[in-house]
Amino acid sequence: MTETNSNAFDMGNIDIAWCPGCGNFGILNTVKEALTELGIKPENLIVVSGIGQAAKTPHYLKTNFYNGLHGRALPPATAIKAVNPGMTVIVESGDGDIYGEGGNHFIHALRRNPDITVIVHNNMVYGLTKGQASPTSQIGFKTQIQTGGVFEEPFNPLAVAIALNASFVARAFSADMEKTKQIVKKAVANKGFSLVDIFQPCVSFNKVNTFQWFKENTYYLEDAYSPYDRQEAFRRAVETGKYPLGIFYINKDKKAFEDNQGVYREGKEPLWSRKSAAVDKVRALLEEMK
Amino acid sequence: MNKSFKDDVSIVICGEAGQGVQTIEKLLIGVFKGASLHVFATKEYMSRVRGGSNSTEIRVSSLGKRSYLKRIDLLVALDKDALGHLADRITAETVIIGEKEILQADREIIDVPLSKIAAEEGSGIFANTAAAGFVLSLFRINRELLSGFINGLFAAKGPEIAAKNISAAGKGYDIGTRLLSEGGIEINVRADAAVKDHIILSGAEAVALGAAAGGCDFVSAYPMTPSTGILTYLSKHSGDLGIITEQAEDEISAVNMVLGAWYAGSRGLVITAGGGFALMVEALSLSGMLESPLVLSVGQRPAPATGLPTRTEQGDLENVLYSGHGEFPRIILSPGTVEEAFYLSQKAFDLADRYQVPVIILSDQYLADCYHDLASPDPAALPVTKYVVKTDKGYRRYSFTVNSDGVSPRGIPGNGEGLICADSDEHDEEGHITESAPVRKKMVDKRLSKLEFLKREVIPPDLYGPADYETLIVGWGSTFGAIKEALDAAGRKDTAYLHFKQVYPLHPSTGGYLKKAKRTVIVENNATSQFGRLIKMYTGLDIDRRILKYDGSPFSVEELTEEFKKL
Repeated sequence: MTETNSNAFDMGNIDIAWCPGCGNFGILNTVKEALTELGIKPENLIVVSGIGQAAKTPHYLKTNFYNGLHGRALPPATAIKAVNPGMTVIVESGDGDIYGEGGNHFIHALRRNPDITVIVHNNMVYGLTKGQASPTSQIGFKTQIQTGGVFEEPFNPLAVAIALNASFVARAFSADMEKTKQIVKKAVANKGFSLVDIFQPCVSFNKVNTFQWFKENTYYLEDAYSPYDRQEAFRRAVETGKYPLGIFYINKDKKAFEDNQGVYREGKEPLWSRKSAAVDKVRALLEEMK
Repeated sequence: MNKSFKDDVSIVICGEAGQGVQTIEKLLIGVFKGASLHVFATKEYMSRVRGGSNSTEIRVSSLGKRSYLKRIDLLVALDKDALGHLADRITAETVIIGEKEILQADREIIDVPLSKIAAEEGSGIFANTAAAGFVLSLFRINRELLSGFINGLFAAKGPEIAAKNISAAGKGYDIGTRLLSEGGIEINVRADAAVKDHIILSGAEAVALGAAAGGCDFVSAYPMTPSTGILTYLSKHSGDLGIITEQAEDEISAVNMVLGAWYAGSRGLVITAGGGFALMVEALSLSGMLESPLVLSVGQRPAPATGLPTRTEQGDLENVLYSGHGEFPRIILSPGTVEEAFYLSQKAFDLADRYQVPVIILSDQYLADCYHDLASPDPAALPVTKYVVKTDKGYRRYSFTVNSDGVSPRGIPGNGEGLICADSDEHDEEGHITESAPVRKKMVDKRLSKLEFLKREVIPPDLYGPADYETLIVGWGSTFGAIKEALDAAGRKDTAYLHFKQVYPLHPSTGGYLKKAKRTVIVENNATSQFGRLIKMYTGLDIDRRILKYDGSPFSVEELTEEFKKL
């Protein structure tokens, strides 16, 4: 576990339910630092997660959090941001949670485009339930369930996100903390659905896609790469061979879900803080039914 | 022909989907109401967009009757299938109005050349207003009232269309007037000045407006009959009401969105039908674990599975009562009238917020789709009280120190210095995951003890009829209208009726009411008497006799009157 400077998000000495060497530690510290550097305060942050090892992340930083059901982080995250757009909303869950159980919500949250950051801890396996394949497991990956090796096409979240014209699409590697931090900072600052798929090793259940394997099978998009070309982004996202890392696609032409809501036309105060004029408004509508 | 109808006329319009039943319905309701006549409408329709056979019953009455009649006095039959579709409701007394060539009926009908009139105006579509004009003339409705209403109804389509409709309606009206002068038909329904100030409201609209009056500001739903109308109304008026409405990609998303909204301080409503609720069950359990308020409007229809998508039943009581893994309290409200739908939907938000439980507003297709004139409900009846607290540093969402309502005070992000931690795992007072057995037990006890507190506010059942009854009829939800009217019609002085607008928790007076009776009867729109089972579970008492209906249609006044007479 790497050391970090103490910051507002530190929880101090707590019991963390991850295996020693888990990629989640790196992501946790990266996120804490990214948030600190962005000047975000715990009371203005809401971390939403599903279920899994990755989804325990919000328990390990000082923040408001909503740790809901497996696969069901994106709907509440969307609603939370919609009713209180002043909050920074970050989703953290694993690849099984976001791309498997929550696949339908992944697709439609991309379409809706709430201004949230979705950090997917992608270790290509189901960790908490001890070793089944996940939607991103590679072909041939053997498990106790997929005894002959996975033969299904791995889910490509970047391609799907680009196909849905997402606002921000990136991939990182948990061990490259500085580069990951820069990507996360840009994702959080980006207005709209910002996907950061972070490769990480699962030391307990994925003996194939290890730290070493990721180091050897990834490379960073060149400095000259422009993330504003959707076709090019898609081409890079479906490359065979080594996996590119970096920001694949940025789409500045999208309006956030919250900005499409009539309730924010006059002001951005959260709905809970508004004075209720329900009686008068309902009375007026009842009057129309005469 | 020599027919006379007094004080209570049942008009049924029947035709193919898309043929214009709704247009005629709208016209008749609007004009009758404008003429200060009490009106009640209920519809039955097929699960299709074109074709088939759909009908609407409009009941015009001196005293404002609001239940479904099997009897048809005037039948406006727009196509041949109508006669077969309604065969078991048509009697020798029914006046059938339509076109001879189209209906090819083997009995006397009033032949109104609707197609010819429509052709004269340039399109078959004008047949509908012609039919409406004919019917309205039989009630001696003022012609100007009719024209004025048509102008309003077709304003969006331009003055030319409105004029053609007025012309078509006028021609139908003339034919009716001639029939009246020949003495073939006599209709006598008394106007009631009170109707002038009444509104027309459907069950679906009542739920929508009641929810809005309850402070609802976030709505999510997946369209599903019979509840889509609630979403449609709230979406249409989201600007007026200052609320957010969102159609979700599926029911799981809808309910989880609403839970997220409550977490962040809003008052969310999820709208669905029985089959959609089935997909929301895990989230219901989540609401129990998070101790999150939740309001669900569940419209019942015949099941299992897709069932009869557009028809009515009371078959999901046990579905909403038992669903959700684990043990946690809930509230189930069961409105029986349009007014109850308004007030209970409003109250649902207060109960949910105060006791941090899911509240289910359980209704059905019959109630959702019926509409009538009524005195406007008063949105100020229950002021919006928000039970959210401002938090201090060190705030613990699941503190074992509960308030006078038996709940840990509920904070929300951004309101105070506290951090709000919500977790679907078992958790400690701070909201962090725990597997400690003693903490687990304490949390379970804390969650379950809310039931004792919310029981303080259980809505008592309403008793209609003699206090010294010998026979007691029990009912819940939308069977209210038919039961009450049938009881009056059956003329029994020894029978009373107990109507439940909250089925869970069961009001503690229930056992006492039942024990007082020599004989108990339950009326339910399902096959296995689900409420009867609930009553047995919580009172230990069996109901003597069950009157059950489960063919997809509501109870009619006539069939219940027969049953009650025989008791």
